[in-house]
Amino acid sequence: MNTTHYPSAHIFQSPETHTLSVVVDNEPGVLARVVGLFSGRGYNIESLTVSETEHEKHLSRITIVTTGTPMVIEQIKNQLDRLVPVHRVVDLTVSGKVLARELALIKVKGKGEARVEALRLGDAFRARVVDATTESFVFEITGKSDKIDEFVGLMGPLGLVEYSRTGVAAISRGPEAS
Amino acid sequence: MSRQMTGAEMVIAALQDQGVEVLFGYPGGSVLPIYDEIFKQEKIKHVLVRHEQGAVHAAEGYARSTGKVGAVLVTSGPGATNAVTGLTDALLDSIPLVCITGQVPTHLIGNDAFQECDTVGITRPCTKHNWLVKRIEDLPRILHEAFHVAKSGRPGPVVIDIPKDVQFATGTYHGPKNIQHKTYRPKVKGDMDAIRQAVQMLGKAHRPIFYTGGGVINSGPHASQLLRELVRTTGYPITSTLMGLGAYPGNDAQFLGMLGMHGTLEANMAMHESDLIICVGARFDDRITGRLDAFAPHAKKIHIDIDPSSINKIIKVDCPIVGDVGHVLEDMIRVWKSTQPDVDKKAIRKWWEKIDHWRARKCLAYRNSDEIIKPQYALQRLQEAVKGKDVYFTTEVGQHQMWAAQFLTFDEPNRWMTSGGLGTMGYGIPAAVGVQMAHPKSLVIDIAGEASVMMTMQEISTAVQYRLPIKIFILNNHYMGMVRQWQELLHGGRYSESYSHALPDFVKLADAMGGVGIRCEKPSELDAKIAEMIAVDRPVIFDCVVDPAENCFPMIPSGKAHNEMLFGETVEDIGDVIDEKGKMLV
Repeated sequence: MNTTHYPSAHIFQSPETHTLSVVVDNEPGVLARVVGLFSGRGYNIESLTVSETEHEKHLSRITIVTTGTPMVIEQIKNQLDRLVPVHRVVDLTVSGKVLARELALIKVKGKGEARVEALRLGDAFRARVVDATTESFVFEITGKSDKIDEFVGLMGPLGLVEYSRTGVAAISRGPEAS
Repeated sequence: MSRQMTGAEMVIAALQDQGVEVLFGYPGGSVLPIYDEIFKQEKIKHVLVRHEQGAVHAAEGYARSTGKVGAVLVTSGPGATNAVTGLTDALLDSIPLVCITGQVPTHLIGNDAFQECDTVGITRPCTKHNWLVKRIEDLPRILHEAFHVAKSGRPGPVVIDIPKDVQFATGTYHGPKNIQHKTYRPKVKGDMDAIRQAVQMLGKAHRPIFYTGGGVINSGPHASQLLRELVRTTGYPITSTLMGLGAYPGNDAQFLGMLGMHGTLEANMAMHESDLIICVGARFDDRITGRLDAFAPHAKKIHIDIDPSSINKIIKVDCPIVGDVGHVLEDMIRVWKSTQPDVDKKAIRKWWEKIDHWRARKCLAYRNSDEIIKPQYALQRLQEAVKGKDVYFTTEVGQHQMWAAQFLTFDEPNRWMTSGGLGTMGYGIPAAVGVQMAHPKSLVIDIAGEASVMMTMQEISTAVQYRLPIKIFILNNHYMGMVRQWQELLHGGRYSESYSHALPDFVKLADAMGGVGIRCEKPSELDAKIAEMIAVDRPVIFDCVVDPAENCFPMIPSGKAHNEMLFGETVEDIGDVIDEKGKMLV
């Protein structure tokens, strides 16, 4: 059963993934507003990162990866834009020049052949070892989300203990500000 | 102009500078400094309500009937949580309000102090914006910003949460001049290319219809005048949502009545068969559209709205125009006059013939009775009695609200106050208090149901205290009528908990509260008793005992399209009309 009130036309559109960059006033509660909007209206958040980017101007940049039909994505952008502390909403996916990266810290425990294999794979993925004991490593890896997915998947049988990801930070290519 | 003063003084100074004349509120521990300042001044009249929800609804009634920003003052904790229903109501109906809440002192925030609650957290999703003021330096700016945010763009409620120590602290007050928000700049002028395209579409249409809503009212009386001008210039039919009633004269030949779930046949059929819908300040709400995949299947759509997020939210439109209704209509009229579109007069004449054919069906007809008062008849008599009078109506929520929308006529904007989006039972009495405060000499009538009245009837006491002669016209059927109707339609007539077994004697109740009670049980007594109600210069509860079994028709059952309406006299076995899927819907 569909979750909207009435069978709606836009549920027949297929969902797309979009990366949105939202420039906001860095004031208390602004993240709660953005997150509350997503949960309150039933939108998806696949990844969300937020950090102050321009200290003097009190600006923060929130990067959100979300999925939805084109009509829902348009709604999300309009709803975000409507929030009072939001300066602008840029859909990096629509501009077609999105540069998106994520960082992960991955703890792997193991000895013998598995340990060597993990190190070798770490090399191949350009992961750095940032902590080591005789029976464990912590890798730091940067890249697109699917690269990190893949690396985490490979570490699974080699003694993966736990990992932490930053979520996606994104910006547009080229000289212009997005 | 900047002066040294305390936070509490700043609140009053800012309210005065913003032109607030009436403040609805309820005191408590954490707003006492502000109440102390209220005591020391005379410019702002404070209305002491009996419950904070009443304060917000009263401010809504005040705002909606004047076009000004409504002002509310409540205390922390329960004061703030009691205001939440009113704030949500105002958000859904786009009513500009500034609600000031007290908060425990900053050093106690987060300690579960007495009467502490996370007011900004709780009200975040039910306000347009809110602020917690932690420093006295921020207070003057936030106070003025709050008014700007509440009234500009798509209006809405805002909350300013002020800790008690900030109310006591001293700082420099600045007046409202040069207050410009950093980010919030709503667009009011429509895009001229889109407007030209819209006028072109308007000129080419064969079966056009104007579909107008509360946005026209919010845009101001000027927008209603422009709407009338455009509609008359084109000669096209017009229908309105519940929220938009009064923007166009209700008795004009071009007006088809309200549309939607309980709208008229002519309005809904015209929407269904139209080839162009001009949506002006409305939002394709689910009560309007019915089944979406069968909504206006042949129509192109123009959508004028100040809120970009209303556009393409539910219905994909062909020509969106983001802007204030007043500005956009003004441009449209100018373009129409300068381009003089070549309207296909024959097609429009044929369209009107079709509409007249639907009109002839007289969809609002009901079977009257000599024995028992039909609610529709009571409203028709009331309408007759107030003809030519300076009258404002508020309503509660339910059958009586729909009948009021169908059977009362509104010729001017800002005369009709009802809870449309949230559907808040108990809205009507406090809203009437607010309206009467703004218009002391006018006749203010709350069309009510006995169940709704029980939700906020303590505000009758407010009306008595401030000598507000509001008239509470109860269509008393002993049932939560709309619940009963749906139970009849959808749940096999099992009237689960929708009958009130222990209603008060409303005449005695009125008497006990210091008002006047009138009971009317026979159709023949109606005229005389209504006249008596109007003549009394005190709050009146009019207990109009009506047919308990009457249903509100026409009706588009849930999950059905505009051309699948039910009518009063034809419905015999109603249980089969709504299919399983329809029963899932609200």
